[in-house]
Amino acid sequence: MGPKIKIFKQKSTLFLLVFALFSLVSLKTYASGQEEHPATESDSLSAVAPHVGGHEEAKEEKVNITKVAFEHILDSHYWHFWGEGHETVALPLPCIIYSSTKGVQFFSSAVFEHGHASFGAYSLVEEEIISADPQEKITDLSITKNVVQLLLSAALIFWIFTSIAKSYKTTGVTSAPKGKQSFFEPLITFVRDDIAKDNIGAKSDKFVPYLLTVFFLILINNVLGMIPIGANLTGNIAFTFVLATCTLIITNVNANKNYWMHILMPPVPKALYIMMIPLEIVGIFTKPFALMIRLFANMTAGHIIVISLIGLIFVFQSLWVSPVAVAFTLFIDVLECLVALLQAYIFTLLTSQFIGAAVAEHHHEEGHEGEEHAH
Amino acid sequence: MNSLFILGSLTTPGIGLIVWTSLVFILLVLLLSKYAWKPILAAIKTREENIAHALSSAESALNDMRELQSNNEKILVQAREERDALLKEARDTKDAIISEAKAKATKETDRILATAREQILNEKNAAISDLKNQVASLSIEIAEKILRSELSSDDKQKALVNTLMKDVNLN
Repeated sequence: MGPKIKIFKQKSTLFLLVFALFSLVSLKTYASGQEEHPATESDSLSAVAPHVGGHEEAKEEKVNITKVAFEHILDSHYWHFWGEGHETVALPLPCIIYSSTKGVQFFSSAVFEHGHASFGAYSLVEEEIISADPQEKITDLSITKNVVQLLLSAALIFWIFTSIAKSYKTTGVTSAPKGKQSFFEPLITFVRDDIAKDNIGAKSDKFVPYLLTVFFLILINNVLGMIPIGANLTGNIAFTFVLATCTLIITNVNANKNYWMHILMPPVPKALYIMMIPLEIVGIFTKPFALMIRLFANMTAGHIIVISLIGLIFVFQSLWVSPVAVAFTLFIDVLECLVALLQAYIFTLLTSQFIGAAVAEHHHEEGHEGEEHAH
Repeated sequence: MNSLFILGSLTTPGIGLIVWTSLVFILLVLLLSKYAWKPILAAIKTREENIAHALSSAESALNDMRELQSNNEKILVQAREERDALLKEARDTKDAIISEAKAKATKETDRILATAREQILNEKNAAISDLKNQVASLSIEIAEKILRSELSSDDKQKALVNTLMKDVNLN
């Protein structure tokens, strides 16, 4: 066991070094690019104003916590690590835009210098690429911070689970699982048995791969989002929108006759059809919509709370607030660890419940009988 | 950056992220299903089946052993019974043989005794008759000798005739 851990440590250290080197190189080029165009401190909302022109009194400018918080929560064309203004350490990310007049354009976000410079007709305003030409409509398909984390997490998940699959092949199924395998196997069986089988029933096997992917993608991105420099991907409505849409599609594509009967011929008097059918149809969409909002709101709220608590130190401008702020932040962070797991679980659980309701046999009749008994 | 703008950018899904997420997510589902979930789930299922099979076979082995044990006991009891029966039979046979032998021996003894007795009797009779004959012949000889001596003189012959005559008269 000992030498293995050592090797693993060496590997991760090497990985970190390579990563750090890579970011340093790109940061340097970015920083040197920025120095050529000294920023004009016009943005009054800027967080900590750096030594602009050596004015010492400008050093302690008021911090706009709202701005800081939403910079952390919203997507960005940079991967911001630390520092503000000239001291910013951020990784510029590739911009891909589809222009209605010029077609696909590809350039680095370094050209915008955090919104201080424009690139041709384009400029970056509040993380949105806009064109000076009013005729030109821009579709922004940039590899933003969230996209980078999405790709990284997808690669991470793919690596984790293919290597686990490989270890099953090499060690066989007769030996006890070990390493990653023993950590993830209980989670996999939990999703398969307690989430999928319990809610979907006999047909659950077909949906288990989807549920597992959703569960681990959300879980890993929730966890990555909690790391201070991580991206708030699961707290982004576009991400939850896609996941919820996939659930919507899977649910309705696999739905059986009972499900549609319940929607189009609900067990109510015919006179109420005019009211019930539109409600049931809206219901198809509200369920995944709730999924989308739940994950987005939970993760975003958690991040806002953490940043707000840390921000107390800057609002009160006192070091003495920090023990309280740190204590509360620690508490919320621990809570967020739970929420990270819980939200991944809830999303997967509700997805499997929706699928279960759509594929259940005699669901309609049972509901009908229940109502009759109630009468 | 007013709050309305923030709320707007928070709740408006960006088209770029939607596109990328859709692409990555769908690819991830497909790739993971093929290269990760399928082998992992199959392996877990196989192991569960193996474990269930091992448990059930252990259970059945235990049952087999119990059955074997009870069988053994049954066989032991049966063997004991058989042994007892055999012993009893042997004892009976022995007794029978002994009693038969005894009976035979007694009979044989009786027969031998009877034969012996008969033989003895015969021998005795023969001896008696032989003795009788010898005694008779001796008597005759003696009588002859006596007669010769007695009848050697005329007087004595006369006396005898007289005696004999007397006897005849009596008759």
